[in-house]
Amino acid sequence: MKVTFKFFIASLMFVSLQTQAVLDIKITQGIEQALPIAIVPFGWSQAGNVAPVDLTRVITDDLKRSGRFDVMDDLDLPQRPTKFDAINFNDWRKLGMENILIGNLTQTENGDYDVSFRLIDVYRGKQIAGFRIPAKPNLLRRVAHQISDIVFEKLTGTAGAFDTRVAYITVKKVNDKKTHTLQLADADGYNAQILLESPEPLLSPAWSPNGKEIAYVSFEGRNSAIYVQDISTGKRERVAAFEGINSAPSWSPEGSRLAMTLSKDGNTEIYIMSLHSKTLKRMTVHGGIDTEPTWSPDGRKLAFTSDRSGGPQIYEMDIRGGQPKRVSFEGNYNVRPSYSPDGKFITLVHAVNGSYHIGLLDLSNGYINTLTDAKLDESPSFAPNGGMIIYATTGVRGAQLAAVSVDGRIHQRLGLQQGDVREPAWGPFLK
Amino acid sequence: MSIRILLVISLTALLFGCSSDKVKDDAPAAVEDLTSQQANAGETEDTNAQAYGTDDSSTSGFSQLDDPQSPLSVRVIYFEYDSSEIRSEYRSAIEAHAAYLSQNADTTVTLEGHADERGSREYNLALGERRAQSIKQQMLILGASSSQIRLVSYGEERPEVDGHDEASWQQNRRVEILY
Repeated sequence: MKVTFKFFIASLMFVSLQTQAVLDIKITQGIEQALPIAIVPFGWSQAGNVAPVDLTRVITDDLKRSGRFDVMDDLDLPQRPTKFDAINFNDWRKLGMENILIGNLTQTENGDYDVSFRLIDVYRGKQIAGFRIPAKPNLLRRVAHQISDIVFEKLTGTAGAFDTRVAYITVKKVNDKKTHTLQLADADGYNAQILLESPEPLLSPAWSPNGKEIAYVSFEGRNSAIYVQDISTGKRERVAAFEGINSAPSWSPEGSRLAMTLSKDGNTEIYIMSLHSKTLKRMTVHGGIDTEPTWSPDGRKLAFTSDRSGGPQIYEMDIRGGQPKRVSFEGNYNVRPSYSPDGKFITLVHAVNGSYHIGLLDLSNGYINTLTDAKLDESPSFAPNGGMIIYATTGVRGAQLAAVSVDGRIHQRLGLQQGDVREPAWGPFLK
Repeated sequence: MSIRILLVISLTALLFGCSSDKVKDDAPAAVEDLTSQQANAGETEDTNAQAYGTDDSSTSGFSQLDDPQSPLSVRVIYFEYDSSEIRSEYRSAIEAHAAYLSQNADTTVTLEGHADERGSREYNLALGERRAQSIKQQMLILGASSSQIRLVSYGEERPEVDGHDEASWQQNRRVEILY
């Protein structure tokens, strides 16, 4: 993003600019039955110049990172066709290659671009998918992610989530002074942008369902308060700054309400705020801790954390009110629930013998599958396609982001160069 | 005898260095005349005490709060894991703070609750508040008034120590009493 918005309010700085820090993503563990695919370098109309974006590289990295594809090494490609007619199918069949992706990047008269690609089934000698996508120069990486999404969906049967973004919090400590930032980046870690910078803690970023706004908790006023910020303009509104705790915002699926935790009435309780009228509806009445509300995808239920039975456990309640029902029973510490996009699972932080792992609670039987094995994992958030869960893990280099597939077989590490990175929230599908 | 007295006076001068000039001037007289010296010694002490108070008045004034021997000097209460129960060792400190608040109705205090880094940040935010809340409740029972006590929780966001082990966590599970 070239445009820079700058607003200075007190000691806070809002900046929308590209940061140097890029998430460096490594697959630490993949699956064995990965799908073979060859990605042939795309043709490029201005062969004398370097292409503005190496589309083939971006797509290759996306598919490799998913752990679901075995991408053929560039040096092993038997030929480099850019047109369907130029494909010598026998060359590929001999190598056992099942799918190939070819394409072209063309610059148009007005300086924009055209990207065309074909995904081909080698054995049947047929095209599985083919598109031509016009793109402005700054959107070429997005187009590459969109191609990755199409390839992923055509070959695995589930939607890809490469063309999505992730919000997270970074903390840097220089000379004992901490700087907290709220940032956004593409799902592959590129195009990181700072939305807010503050000397005081920031936490719990939550995407609006349309991906245009982010709610979060900021301590800039020496107490917690909930803000809603427009991503493209940087304009923001403080929606909750009551006495006591104002935290844990979660958007309703239709985007008009925020569930949140407030302690203004004595101790932490769950409330629903209508964003238009700012009216509050109190959902829980209990002397224990009630926090971390999260909306079910159908909008009918809230899941939340409560220690009303002793240790913290996950409860569900009807949005219309009524008695909360406990849904987690394994272990004595289950917190930070978040529904899978199909509403059948809840990802949570599950402590086992003093270690804090990311777990997946099956709502049909109450069983919790432990997906990670580090000591201090937290803040799990589903990809919008439900295939991966991003979370924060603390290692020797401090807090970093990591992701795990819902079956626990694919593990990725997303390492920023410096400082702590935490509180990831995977954004919705971009429209 | 007179040497001993001189020593006492010099020590006093050392302890309350701010008024040392005055003590030095008085000292010869004290050595010369035993009777006036005794009166002087008493006077010197008073003078010194005043000087101390006067000096400090530029900040907050001398009070029990500044006495390192007082239970009021205990300003951080530590907690067990996932607990907001006040350990018995802090009983006298909390009693002293409550008594001080009830005797000084104009004084306000902030109880700042914190948690260690384990588990979720939002749950820890609630836990930090509950820790502060449990100290507030105790102070109210012991005579402080609700309007004197402000609560704030930072959860795990402001650790005292940055480490990832029990030694660090122990120091981070705390409520700070801030006047």
